[in-house]
Amino acid sequence: MNPMDRDPLEELTEGLARMDVRPDQNRRDRTMALAREKFDVAFQENAAEERPIPDPPRTGAGRASLTGAVISMTRKMKKSLLYGTSGLVMAGLATVVTVQLGDEVMNVPQNHAKHESLAEVDGARAPQPSIGGDINPVPQNKPPISRDFESGPSFGAVGQKTAPASRSANEGALLMAPVQDRPTNVQGQNRDRFPDAEQNPVNSVAQSPISTFSIDVDTASYSTTRRWLNQGRVPEASTVRVEEMINYFDYDWPAPEAGGAPFRASVANYETPWNAGTEIVRIGLQGMMPDIDARPPLDLVFLIDTSGSMRSPDKLGLLKQSFLMMLGELRPEDRVSIVTYAGSAGTTLELTPASDRATIRNALENLSAGGSTAGAAGLREAYGKFDGDDDRVGRVILATDGDFNVGMSGPDAMTDFIADQRETGAYLSVLGFGQGNYNDTLMQALAQNGNGQAAYIDTLSEARKVLVDQLTGNLFTIAEDVKIQVEFNPAVISEYRLIGYETRALAREDFSNDKVDAGEIGAGHQVTALYEVTPVGSDAARMAPVRYDNFSSERRAMNLEMAGELGFLRLRYKAPGEDESRLIEAPISKEQEAMTDDDRFALAIAGFGQHLRGGKYLEDWGMDAAVDLARDGRGEDPFGYRSEALQLMQTYEALSR
Amino acid sequence: MTEHMDITSLLEAHYDTIFAFSVRALGCRHEAEDLTQDVCLRLAERLPAFRGDAKISTWLYRIVVNAAQDRLRVRTRQARLAEEWREAHLAKADEADAARAARGWIADTLAVLDPAERTTLALVVTGGFSQSEAAEILGVAPGTVSWRMSEIRKRLHVVAQQTGEVA
Repeated sequence: MNPMDRDPLEELTEGLARMDVRPDQNRRDRTMALAREKFDVAFQENAAEERPIPDPPRTGAGRASLTGAVISMTRKMKKSLLYGTSGLVMAGLATVVTVQLGDEVMNVPQNHAKHESLAEVDGARAPQPSIGGDINPVPQNKPPISRDFESGPSFGAVGQKTAPASRSANEGALLMAPVQDRPTNVQGQNRDRFPDAEQNPVNSVAQSPISTFSIDVDTASYSTTRRWLNQGRVPEASTVRVEEMINYFDYDWPAPEAGGAPFRASVANYETPWNAGTEIVRIGLQGMMPDIDARPPLDLVFLIDTSGSMRSPDKLGLLKQSFLMMLGELRPEDRVSIVTYAGSAGTTLELTPASDRATIRNALENLSAGGSTAGAAGLREAYGKFDGDDDRVGRVILATDGDFNVGMSGPDAMTDFIADQRETGAYLSVLGFGQGNYNDTLMQALAQNGNGQAAYIDTLSEARKVLVDQLTGNLFTIAEDVKIQVEFNPAVISEYRLIGYETRALAREDFSNDKVDAGEIGAGHQVTALYEVTPVGSDAARMAPVRYDNFSSERRAMNLEMAGELGFLRLRYKAPGEDESRLIEAPISKEQEAMTDDDRFALAIAGFGQHLRGGKYLEDWGMDAAVDLARDGRGEDPFGYRSEALQLMQTYEALSR
Repeated sequence: MTEHMDITSLLEAHYDTIFAFSVRALGCRHEAEDLTQDVCLRLAERLPAFRGDAKISTWLYRIVVNAAQDRLRVRTRQARLAEEWREAHLAKADEADAARAARGWIADTLAVLDPAERTTLALVVTGGFSQSEAAEILGVAPGTVSWRMSEIRKRLHVVAQQTGEVA
């Protein structure tokens, strides 16, 4: 038809009216169910928001009870192994890890003595000379030079707690909305639903000299940001958590001494790239790496979704590659079994020693996809593989795109079943593959109930990060409920701003309250926190100085005495399984240092993250400058994570132009 | 107001219309499924905070329309990116070309309209709203809806003429 013949609007309108607009029924049902779950969570949160007293940052009672359960469980088994991949990401699929805990206790150095001499003072303190060097936080007589200090004493029984796992799975879940009836405090804490945390403001040291927060080892925000940017979209500012982006990367902060404390804190300060009038204070915690050679043998059951929807290179294809890669990291005495589920569940490979690589490889490569998803049957089959050998550590790793048919009994019965298995020491983790997961909710629930973690695998390099690099590193929690408190010296610093950690803020009094939960450090992990501080007298100050203070003259003289200190760092943590926290304290010298590559890179990512959040405090410092800084700080980058970040930053720069 | 507070009944009542609108705004069923899901989840998240200060359908379709416009804008941006980085993103550009070829004349015709025009048109065709409610959903003055429709007509005429000349 000649378009000139008719009114083109009429023609288009008719065409639109004739389009098939009947929705796909399955999709409709799924969306409705998902919306229902999301709504239930949002509803409760909405109610919670209206409560006058804010809950402590997403940790709270529910989490405590989880911890309690876990501790009692771990007492039963003396040692728990948590194969975490703490960077575990979020949204997607899930690997179910079942761990059977053995009885043997890892031979971990104990070191109580050192710490006992540390006065656990939490408030006022007599002036102390700045401590320096590698401080095992005892003495007080070194000059303020370097500022490393090791945390205290006992390393305790290894890794009792699964909290880090459940936590990162939990909080990292992007789209996760809890299955109904789950204890909401534990699992309902999807950050995506806490998007409202405003960027931390600039604080006046005169008014509130003390800053308190919990560490955060999650990294989900980075993966999420990556997914968005790779799709050509800019993530919503409120969903970006700068500290998680920073902590996605490994940094080479000074390691704790062998046989010593579980982690070491080092502090450095240097010029702020985006503001000549301020300085950055970088706090880097480095967890110790226990002797992984001593780990017990593993029994891994790969529970693989081979339903029709998995037939895609970024699902089954990537999954096979990922598991093959992981195979290379196992030891001869480890064993692997493969259970698949589609229309029905079946065992593809009985427990086979990892040394028999050809057989395992063959079984993996022959997997093909087709049929529906009898997930529940698959889980039962997978748990059935463990033979109850106490000397071995078992876990089920469920790999799926999220389509998981829980059977007649429904999700509650399923999660209960998994929780029961956990009590016997069998853990479950979940790996997500592919996009468009309609059931992350369930996957998250499975992983959390199974004491495992949910990770989202979108690329082979993410698979490497999750499955290989961290397989050995995340076995153990080495310090729990780690809290950081910094007190700034008003004689030296006028203003400060904590970059990121908005959702981890703690009230000042929570620092010494051991009932208030905080983040965990896993073996070999780093946690990095950055403050932007404004020295007294700097033009960059955003607030006019106060005219009065309420210091006594005695106090003022004391402040002068401590003029070499920019602030004072306090850390609290619990050795795994202990109820009482330990305190580490050390002054922060105001001497500036040169940046290392790691510092540069961390700052570049901090800049990137702040840009994503609106760039309020970045002055004229643009993404181009952030990219340059990241390039300078890229260093060796053996796995290419930093190069990938550079590309993402460039993508963002182009998108936001 | 309590009956409004339940997401399931709300979506039961509006899902099909949301989907129909999405198909017409985006010109493509496949993307409309995604948009509809996004929107439903967004609604689920925000419904508890809905205070009844607007008619619920107005509130709801305003969210729908905004989401559709966002998506159309992202699409435009992606197209621009694909152009700019044609080499680096060769594969993506090819995909986009292929997708365009497969979409047919409706999608092609829609492509000359901007996001605001497309959502306006889709809303009008999908129907069920008074002129003033449609305006409220779109966040414009009541007269703007008809004005936009006439702008769309003009634009389509121009394009039709150009096409005619080329042909």
